[in-house]
Amino acid sequence: MSARHLDISMRVNGEAVSARVEARKTLVDFLRDDLSLTGTHVGCEHGVCGACTVRFDGEAVRSCLLLAVQCDGAEVETIEGLADSGEIADLQAAFARRNALQCGYCTPGMLIGAHELLASGTVPSRTVIREHISGNYCRCTGYQAIVDAIQQVAQARAAVK
Amino acid sequence: MKIAEDVVSGLSALDRPNSYIGRSVPRPNLERLTQGRGQYVSDVVLPRMVHVAYLRSPHAHARIKNIETSRVKSAPGVVAVVTGAELAKVITPWIGVLTHLKGIKSAPQHAIAVDRACWQGEAVCAVVARSRAEAEDACALIEVEYEPLPAVTDAETALDRATPVIHPELGDNLTFERTLVAGDPDQGFADSDEVVEATFVFGRHTGVTNEPRAIVADFNPGERRLTVYQGTQAPHMMQNLFAKHLGLEEHEVRVLTKDVGGSFGIKVHTYADEMATAALAKLLKRPVKFVADRFESFITDIHARDHRVRAKIGVKKDGTITAFEIDDLTGIGPYSVYPRTSGIEANQVVNLVGGPYTCPNYRALARVVFQNKNVMCQYRAVGHPIATAVTEGLIELAAARVGMDVVELRRRNLIADDAYPAVGAAGIKFEKLSHHASLDKILAMMDYQKLRTEQGELRARGIYRGIGFASFIEVTNPSAAFYGVGGARISSQDGATLRLDATGAVFVHSGATEQGQGAESVLAQCVATSFGVPLERVRVITGDTDHTPYGGGTWASRAAGIGGEAAWQAGKALRASVLAAAASILQADPKALDIRAGIVVDADTGRERMPLEEVARVVYFRPDTLPPGFQAEFVVTRHYVPRAWPFAFTNGVQASYLEVDTKTGLIRLLKHWCVEDCGTVINPQLVDEQLRGGIVQGIGAALYEHCLYDEAGQLLNGNLMDYLLPMANEMPDIEVGHVVTPTADSELGAKGAGEAGTAGAPASVMNALNDALRPLNAAPLLDMPFTPQRVLKALRRI
Repeated sequence: MSARHLDISMRVNGEAVSARVEARKTLVDFLRDDLSLTGTHVGCEHGVCGACTVRFDGEAVRSCLLLAVQCDGAEVETIEGLADSGEIADLQAAFARRNALQCGYCTPGMLIGAHELLASGTVPSRTVIREHISGNYCRCTGYQAIVDAIQQVAQARAAVK
Repeated sequence: MKIAEDVVSGLSALDRPNSYIGRSVPRPNLERLTQGRGQYVSDVVLPRMVHVAYLRSPHAHARIKNIETSRVKSAPGVVAVVTGAELAKVITPWIGVLTHLKGIKSAPQHAIAVDRACWQGEAVCAVVARSRAEAEDACALIEVEYEPLPAVTDAETALDRATPVIHPELGDNLTFERTLVAGDPDQGFADSDEVVEATFVFGRHTGVTNEPRAIVADFNPGERRLTVYQGTQAPHMMQNLFAKHLGLEEHEVRVLTKDVGGSFGIKVHTYADEMATAALAKLLKRPVKFVADRFESFITDIHARDHRVRAKIGVKKDGTITAFEIDDLTGIGPYSVYPRTSGIEANQVVNLVGGPYTCPNYRALARVVFQNKNVMCQYRAVGHPIATAVTEGLIELAAARVGMDVVELRRRNLIADDAYPAVGAAGIKFEKLSHHASLDKILAMMDYQKLRTEQGELRARGIYRGIGFASFIEVTNPSAAFYGVGGARISSQDGATLRLDATGAVFVHSGATEQGQGAESVLAQCVATSFGVPLERVRVITGDTDHTPYGGGTWASRAAGIGGEAAWQAGKALRASVLAAAASILQADPKALDIRAGIVVDADTGRERMPLEEVARVVYFRPDTLPPGFQAEFVVTRHYVPRAWPFAFTNGVQASYLEVDTKTGLIRLLKHWCVEDCGTVINPQLVDEQLRGGIVQGIGAALYEHCLYDEAGQLLNGNLMDYLLPMANEMPDIEVGHVVTPTADSELGAKGAGEAGTAGAPASVMNALNDALRPLNAAPLLDMPFTPQRVLKALRRI
């Protein structure tokens, strides 16, 4: 193992992954290029746009600001894993019903951010929703449909309880 | 299928049984996009694929004296290093001019700079390597010897004798100039009681598509085939250009466009680095991938606007507008962008100023000049935000001058709803617009009088809120008048090919393209309705020059109005073909039959005769049972191009309500309204969301977005930390309403809706801002973006 490369192991979407990676490789490049998980998107590579948002040990993080080697031993979940498990099915359905995505490039990150907000089980106000997703850039929708979709899911989840 | 929201269609001709026209059906491609299963070009990986990184000029203008690449070739992973001169043997340069823009001129532009770099960011050398990281590493090993040249950056002085000429062979820095005199503007101003003069400035900004520009080009010499995966709005246009400049025939080039992570006009142009990538694929005979990073996007994606407009309006005391005059100056970088040119926006400004109003007296001058900054070209709502802000800004300044309510002044001058067809001062032709109905509707939506009362009460308490309007017109559904007549091979017609499959489902191949607007949904709705099948039985295929009818793609709000009409007509034609076969099987009169919900029925009673699946089974597998001489045709194609009108103008009005913090200069957007008339509304939800997204894009231009350059032509804020974008927490809720005036040019009657939001938002926000500050005697703010600093300056606080 050269100084430029390190061996890492982590769980990605519940699957054990071991790899030798360049020390400088970001998590998003590792997910996309090495694991072919292209649902996580690259928008700015400096932590502003939120397109690369994934879950890292249960927390929504920017995968462009993490190095893959920092994720050794971690549990990483991407949009593919969250979609397959059905965990965010209601959010996905609400986004589709409300046309809360156009080009869809921001959507995986937006969904993961929204999922984090709703994890508390409360029904956030529109202002709180807007503030929570204000680290996720969407050029297409103007955000209102996204706020509507998240609010609908929050209300629906609260009604079930 | 769940119908999210229904409105009644305005057109009886479209009231087929089970019609999907006017219904908010969900888009077919949303589910996979929410699952992370999109197929964007940045996701594409091909066998033997290599990556290119471009070394870019750090200078705005410099002679390239030498490029030393000897250290590069042995760097890890490097496959090739290619200079502009070397690549010029593979790809020819281009010149961005069109014959109908009289006098427009530009210089030949190379895929990679040869001898001279003309803006900060122009590629000067390419490195191809096994990974993008290795290509970028190796770029750092290239040694370029530059001789810096004087940079022309200020458009105001670009035409001065003392200013260097960027392309000496052109004689001066003037790209394009247009003058127009309509009616008698001098008499108009003489007849006025008041003349209001103002200078409007529109800062440079850019598209910031969430997915940067991306291309994978693959050349296979075994079949002499260039296959290009490209996030583009116009695949057939790009097919032509790749072939033309790489010495290939068009049929030797295939352009594939799958999911595109946002376009907004950014992805409808020819980019030197994308052309270079295709040339490298041809040179290296293998797939080459280029994805712009965010910094590259800021210095190479086309910039937009950057206009300075001196304008004046003449108005009588009774509110009658007597004349408009503008002097527009815009700087477009060192090259007119190919093939649409960088002269179109200024040309549009000339066409559109004063457009909603009856005033016949108009004088315009527009000059487009070269600079050593990134190139500028058409971006969402081309010219409209400028023309609308100038016109509507003048309207509200004039209303203040004569002491008339801004709504009343508009009512007295907007073209009457029963006065159509009409011709605008600049010669633009309107089939039928609805300015007054739209204004009435928005006033009701916003409860205007109540809002004015609230505003007055709050002012008394030191809270400064403003209400601003913008009536607007919008060019959609362009005919050949836009580009074809000027010699560009950009199709204004579009087609749809329909195929009935063996189980009664329909494949639609369309030349329109999808970048998230919902074009595929609209096409499916048109076909499902006119042919007569459930929406789930329609599959739409776009973005493949090998398999879709030749067409223009998606730009200038044309996909629904032009692509949709072709699909609508193709659905009717396929219905006739299928009914001919069904009639043959059933021994019936085809005129007495119809197709409804996928079943052949008696047209008068609706009695079911046979499912489509059965017709298809007989035709495909038991044609021996059909009468001798009868041949079924289950593939049909129809094309459409607007012919009666050069453009289908739409209209609408927007209103903004905002509050200014006079201590910080911060603006809080409280609410935004829009009433828009795009004719037949095929899918209300999609139209509304196009408007909302467009409005927020326009708000970005008004308040935040600005490509800041220094005097040496260096971009100062080319990243997302320093370039401000509209984010969710600053944006208001937006209420949308419609007036429906279909165009008679097509059976569908649909006009475009993709750009109206961006056209009107900056003007309405600007007017609301100035309305808020008027009682404080602030100087009118007419210089976008309206930053807190500019607001505080207007208030004389700094």
